[in-house]
Amino acid sequence: MTFINYASREINCKIVYYGPGLCGKTTNIQWIFEQANPEKRGKLVSLATETDRTLFFDFLPLDMGTVKGFKVRFHLYTVPGQVFYDASRKLILRGCDGIIFVADSQRARMEANIESIANLATNLKENGFDIRSIPYVLQLNKRDMPSAASIAEMERLLRFRNEPMIEAVANKGTGVIETLKAAARQVLMELQRA
Amino acid sequence: MAKLDLMLFEEEYTLLQEIIGRLSKDASAKVVFLVDKNGQQIAAAGDVKSIDATSLASLTAGNVAATDGLAKLIGEKEFSLLFHEGEKDNLHISIVGKRGILVVIFDQNSSLALVRLRVKKASKELQEIFDQVEQRAQKESDLGSRFESPFSEITDEDIDRLFGD
Repeated sequence: MTFINYASREINCKIVYYGPGLCGKTTNIQWIFEQANPEKRGKLVSLATETDRTLFFDFLPLDMGTVKGFKVRFHLYTVPGQVFYDASRKLILRGCDGIIFVADSQRARMEANIESIANLATNLKENGFDIRSIPYVLQLNKRDMPSAASIAEMERLLRFRNEPMIEAVANKGTGVIETLKAAARQVLMELQRA
Repeated sequence: MAKLDLMLFEEEYTLLQEIIGRLSKDASAKVVFLVDKNGQQIAAAGDVKSIDATSLASLTAGNVAATDGLAKLIGEKEFSLLFHEGEKDNLHISIVGKRGILVVIFDQNSSLALVRLRVKKASKELQEIFDQVEQRAQKESDLGSRFESPFSEITDEDIDRLFGD
């Protein structure tokens, strides 16, 4: 649910990074945080355990510049990936405008990816959204891993609606901005349609 | 989109701002924030610069959402009020209508009783404005004739420019 403030001429959009545990959701937004112009980024809020596993969410506000005279601000959130944090994941999807699904390319994690997409579909539905129509991007992360599955195989298993599919190595920054951009494009185009 | 977007116009924004400005004074608060349940700040009054408002909005919404989840677990509809007591500053969080959260930060210059009293009155006024905003959005959506959106002509170039291409 985009928040458009005509008084201060601001648009706020919420984009959520989703995916199985340890797939690199937090790494994505950490990289964006490190690269972003300090004047344009807010604080990176991370609610994590002592071992750096996301407990509730990470949050990064980003000022993107202006479109049609409106200041555009993205609020980036990650969900906790571990299966048992499902209640928290559901809460974070509330009012989201777009989803970035971060898939782990390691062959051993393929089942976890599939499970996580199914879980996303259920949780979106409970929040009144449809996974087939909400702005959505698929990121294939950890492409540098020796045990990475082929792109064709991942596409066959994980891509279901002709969504933009982007290869990434989030800890090196490869594909991170492209992914965000693909999501931003869809979210803003959705405003056009609204 | 599943839910109507929240659109605030100048007039409504000014009214919301007036109400929380008054609340901030009447309750002798340090800062008052009005936040949307999805974690976006709507309006603020008082010593706003002293706090990272964006993080506050997102964490408050997370807090309220988690507490909502707890309420449902024990069979309650919601907990409409949260209070956090600190050594110096206290945080009073209350739900306004379906989508608003009112956050009052106060110290020893005020008291919980005073804050509660003033928040109650302000909440009613805020709720009325939220209702108006919702009714207007609903009406426009029913008529299928939403006003001319300034975003109807967003182009790929506009988006590229956001990313500095």
